[in-house]
Amino acid sequence: MNRAWKRYLSWAGIAALTGVLAFAAAGCGGSDKKSSETSESNLPTKIGDGEGRLNLVAWTGYAQPQWVKPFQQQTGCQVRAKYANTSDEMVTLMRQGGGTQYDMVSASGDASLRLIKGGDVRAVNPDLIPDYDNFIEELKSPSHNTVDGKHYGISLQWGPNTLLYNTKVVKAKPTSWAVIYGPQYKGRVTVPDNPIQIADAALYLSKTKPDLGIEDPYELTEDQLQAAVDLLKQQRPLIKKYWASAADEIELFKNGDVVIGAAWPYQTNTLVADKAPVAETIPKEGATGWADTWMLAKKSKHPNCAYKWMAWVSTPKVQAQQAIYFGETPANKKACAVMDQLSKGSCAQYHADAPASYFKQIKFWKTPSRDCGNGEQKCVDYTRWQQAWTEIKG
Amino acid sequence: MEAGRPLGAARRRLGAAFWRRPWLRPVVLLLPPLAWMTILYLAALGVLFVSAFWGVDAFTGKLVHTWSLANFDTLIHEPTYRTIAIRTIVMAALVTITDAIIALPFAYFMARIAPPRLRSLLFVLVLLPLWASYLGRIYAWRLILAKEGALNWSLDKVGLPTVDIAYTNTAMWIVFSYIWLPFMILPIYAAFERIPDSYLEASRDLGARNWTTFRRVILPLALPGIVAGSIFTFSLTLGDYITPDLIGSKDFIGNVIYRNVLGLTNNLPFAAAYATVPLIVMAVYLALARRTGAFEAL
Repeated sequence: MNRAWKRYLSWAGIAALTGVLAFAAAGCGGSDKKSSETSESNLPTKIGDGEGRLNLVAWTGYAQPQWVKPFQQQTGCQVRAKYANTSDEMVTLMRQGGGTQYDMVSASGDASLRLIKGGDVRAVNPDLIPDYDNFIEELKSPSHNTVDGKHYGISLQWGPNTLLYNTKVVKAKPTSWAVIYGPQYKGRVTVPDNPIQIADAALYLSKTKPDLGIEDPYELTEDQLQAAVDLLKQQRPLIKKYWASAADEIELFKNGDVVIGAAWPYQTNTLVADKAPVAETIPKEGATGWADTWMLAKKSKHPNCAYKWMAWVSTPKVQAQQAIYFGETPANKKACAVMDQLSKGSCAQYHADAPASYFKQIKFWKTPSRDCGNGEQKCVDYTRWQQAWTEIKG
Repeated sequence: MEAGRPLGAARRRLGAAFWRRPWLRPVVLLLPPLAWMTILYLAALGVLFVSAFWGVDAFTGKLVHTWSLANFDTLIHEPTYRTIAIRTIVMAALVTITDAIIALPFAYFMARIAPPRLRSLLFVLVLLPLWASYLGRIYAWRLILAKEGALNWSLDKVGLPTVDIAYTNTAMWIVFSYIWLPFMILPIYAAFERIPDSYLEASRDLGARNWTTFRRVILPLALPGIVAGSIFTFSLTLGDYITPDLIGSKDFIGNVIYRNVLGLTNNLPFAAAYATVPLIVMAVYLALARRTGAFEAL
């Protein structure tokens, strides 16, 4: 009995100690709230000397040696880039280490407002970016990075999420997203492993089931969300694999495991360069898309290098290089001519000369919020989207 | 030379202190590992458990330090998480059984039949995969199982129908069983090796045939080794998220946790709450394993 008692006591001791330590740690974590309210109106009026380093969180392919190397030589800022696969991952990475680990992020519209409201990024002065004046009007002060007249970052590139297909198996060019929701290519379909994919289903439903009344695929009521979830659950058995990264999808297409799926132009470009029999299209229902912004971390230790980077990636040449490499559309109007120099016809191919109506037709990623974007309070927020996504996959 | 003397004196004084207080020696010896254990291990588990009762802000995704049972409520009432937990546990059990079935005859051959040179060779073969990167081996399996991969290519060449198992639960089962097999073979081998020859001779002298000897003498004596190996295969499968991500197409407990940590708005509290599920499963499993005497066979 004595021994049993001893054992219980030692267990109780360990439990108590663990509890005490846990609470101590919890206490430490709770006290770092205030620092985010510091003043931010004093924007810099000129770019100072570089700090020698720049840490980026970027989409795959956004920090290619092609334009990073000359930047490093010119400014002395050594660039370290961490590629992220989803907007959620980007937001998380920007908050790591108390928000001091990374200087900049190439946030899409569904991450930018979360970062602004969360106090993770600071306002920037667009006057310090010479090429800002050459941007298309829609991307000078878009609502996804400009709040109350303050610019939280400089727009970069934009583009549509496309339908990628294997031309050997899918003979006729698909005209509707219905091909990835119907049984035609059962077990050979792939879509991104990303809750924002619900918006793609909602966009499809907004055209095929108008009585649901979906106007904006990101502002859904519970009923509308449920309809999109039902469609995606029905799609579940058709899916070979939800792709986690661009490289993942490239491999799936290359090995013949999938023949059709939702993709970024980057995958198409990489596969075509690899002589894989693929093509992409934007079906008649339209497409979701992204508009990316380089944002500056509130606690960045290398702000001068960051401004130099924003100025650099806004120049027509870098804009053109990145547009062609990734397969997206530059924000800088002057990039069009350079694109055609680098690769004939690429300006038109990636819509760099398209009219404003083309831009308006793409439903750009944004964070779903409870107030429907117009204060109506009947929509479901992003947490609900995430739960729904786990439900669909599970 | 000059500096050597005070150092020598200090060392002597230290030695004397240790001699006068015999309890000091184990304390000094144990303090660093104990501190490591409590601060980095137990405290981390403690924080994990405490944070399971917190929440996150719906829009910004920032941590909110208010106490609630909401996370556990979601876990219990949302059928998705139950399905995922059951899928993970069933897979862990299947992999464990498969590995035990493969490892038993293999370990028996290694321990009791193979001549010493062949035994060393087999040892090397069992351990060799552990020297290659886990990720490298998983990607290799992706290429093997792909629709136009090595497996189907070979099947086609010998005139057999091709299979379509890439990115399915079957693929996951195969890869898991492959990856954790050495962890099952080694403890069973150790258990077989420990059985004295005299037991087997006695069994034979008493008229038992080979099969009876195996069933009534060898197997019971090897059981702790099997259970010890199953602790590895079971817990490693239970906690893995890379194989499901790369080889399968369905979520495991680890994938949900991963996506809540680095992915889905950084919902650490929910991840922490879900992490308690495999902890509880493992605690039950270890309690059961202890009864079989498996800890002595580790």
